[in-house]
Amino acid sequence: MPDANKGDLIQIHKIVLEPEKRPDNLPPSTAAVPYECWIKGFLMNENANMGDKVKIKTFIGREISGALYQVSPKYDHDFGEAQKEILSVGYEAFQQLENKHKANRE
Amino acid sequence: MGASYSEIMSKKQEIVLKATGINYDEFEFSPISFDYERLMNSCGYSLQDVQKILLETGVGQTQLVELKNLTELVRLIAPSGKGGRIFVKDEAANPSGSFKDRRAALSIYHAKKSGYKGVVAASSGNYGAAVASQAAKRGLKSIILQEVYDNRKVGQPEILEKTRACEAYGAEVWQLTVGPELFYIMLRVLEDTGFFSASLYVPTSILGIETLGYELAKQLLEMEGRFPDVVLITHAGGGNVTGTARGLIKAGSTQTAVVGVSVDLRGLHMASDSDFNRKSFTTGHSGFGIPFLTWPDRTDVPRNCARGLRYLDRYVLVSQGEVFYTTELLAKLEGMERGPAGNTSLAGALAVARELDRDQILVVQETEYTAAGKMPSSQLTFAKENGIKVTRGNPRENTPGKSIVIPERVDQLRVEDFSMDKIRHSYIKNAIKAAGDYELTEADERFLAEDSKSSLDQVREVIQSSNH
Repeated sequence: MPDANKGDLIQIHKIVLEPEKRPDNLPPSTAAVPYECWIKGFLMNENANMGDKVKIKTFIGREISGALYQVSPKYDHDFGEAQKEILSVGYEAFQQLENKHKANRE
Repeated sequence: MGASYSEIMSKKQEIVLKATGINYDEFEFSPISFDYERLMNSCGYSLQDVQKILLETGVGQTQLVELKNLTELVRLIAPSGKGGRIFVKDEAANPSGSFKDRRAALSIYHAKKSGYKGVVAASSGNYGAAVASQAAKRGLKSIILQEVYDNRKVGQPEILEKTRACEAYGAEVWQLTVGPELFYIMLRVLEDTGFFSASLYVPTSILGIETLGYELAKQLLEMEGRFPDVVLITHAGGGNVTGTARGLIKAGSTQTAVVGVSVDLRGLHMASDSDFNRKSFTTGHSGFGIPFLTWPDRTDVPRNCARGLRYLDRYVLVSQGEVFYTTELLAKLEGMERGPAGNTSLAGALAVARELDRDQILVVQETEYTAAGKMPSSQLTFAKENGIKVTRGNPRENTPGKSIVIPERVDQLRVEDFSMDKIRHSYIKNAIKAAGDYELTEADERFLAEDSKSSLDQVREVIQSSNH
């Protein structure tokens, strides 16, 4: 079974500039790597496997080609884990105000 | 794979002219000076026109809210009689969740009126979502170009959230790796599509933001019978400072001190792949703030209409930890869960308020929406995953790219003043250098003075020192 079929939402990958084609004066860690890009859209080929050169129709109907990178890409950024360094910040300040109000009443 | 880097860059002027409809040459006086006000007015929109156009798509007229609990907290630790009142303009109430809707709305209206079928913007932040949202409202297509990933394909959660938001508004999003070639891609896409360049730095972008300064001044006048003493503005590329300050002046609020606030990320290189994910804030930081003040004409248009140095009275830095701390305080004491952009200037306000008398008023002029990827829990998780040490303690011990220190008490919040004279000096020197082999006239000196809020004597001093 192919990885993706016509009409599936996929993500393509493109190398925009190989390291040697990048402009001068980049910091070393940037100059050493290619300039890359990922774009989402609907697969226009009948079907395709990962890495195949394919064409997509983007969300605004433009046609762009690149290598099949992911099928049904999902958003996986999240709320993160509870952070002990900030968990009590709000309550500490709340208590400061509460103590002041108590002192005012006394 | 498309035209080469040098090929596209050599066609820069022609592409920008077609994509903005502005012939920047018309406004040039000399290699140093240009007619800023005539450029700003070249599209023919008055402030009242802009307000009306923004309201058509539900942008602006946000609430100005007094933060009484935070003011009270500051007064607990301020010297006797000190502790100015803090207000915030709740810009998160705009359609895409930030003041950037103001920045996009007029440009998109102008693009539609001028017959463009779509718009292109380069932004990893709220501006991209604002452009996509406004384009949807006006029936235009949008393409958003974002710097998202380092070479491991790891992206900051805040930027990934912006990808999601732009796509939610129907944009075609290009997620790119780190590099200044974003500008090359922008030119290439503009050439391929014939779309409008919704640059952050064109006149319509700044005119849209003027409504923010104007509105807050008029609102405070209505509520309190006076203009603000201090307005704090999160500063990156300079548009927020420029537009807000111009709006304040148009409202008659000419005595208000304009304070720019950035997160201190000094030492991290903005174009460095390895530094990219060692910061927790994608914008509103010194990595943009300082270079855009010392040389504003570094953008995707020949003359940048965001010229913060013309308007700033003071520029201060806060640490990452102080912004996370402030975000928690705003949520827990004021019931407003908001994102880091506005909370940067709010962190500054908590420190500056201690210097002001109790009857003085500070306005923090924006909030932004928050979401997965933008919250402290998400950003601190990411920081730890990227080797940043997170502790509680004295925020002065915060080191950009190495450690984030969450303050233990509100009295530990400070602003660090960045020398305005140093910035002015650098700007004037950069302008002279960019002009090359050219003898400055007195008109040029006057331009440089105005463009850097300096005296003529200050300008002449720098010119003399540059000649030696």
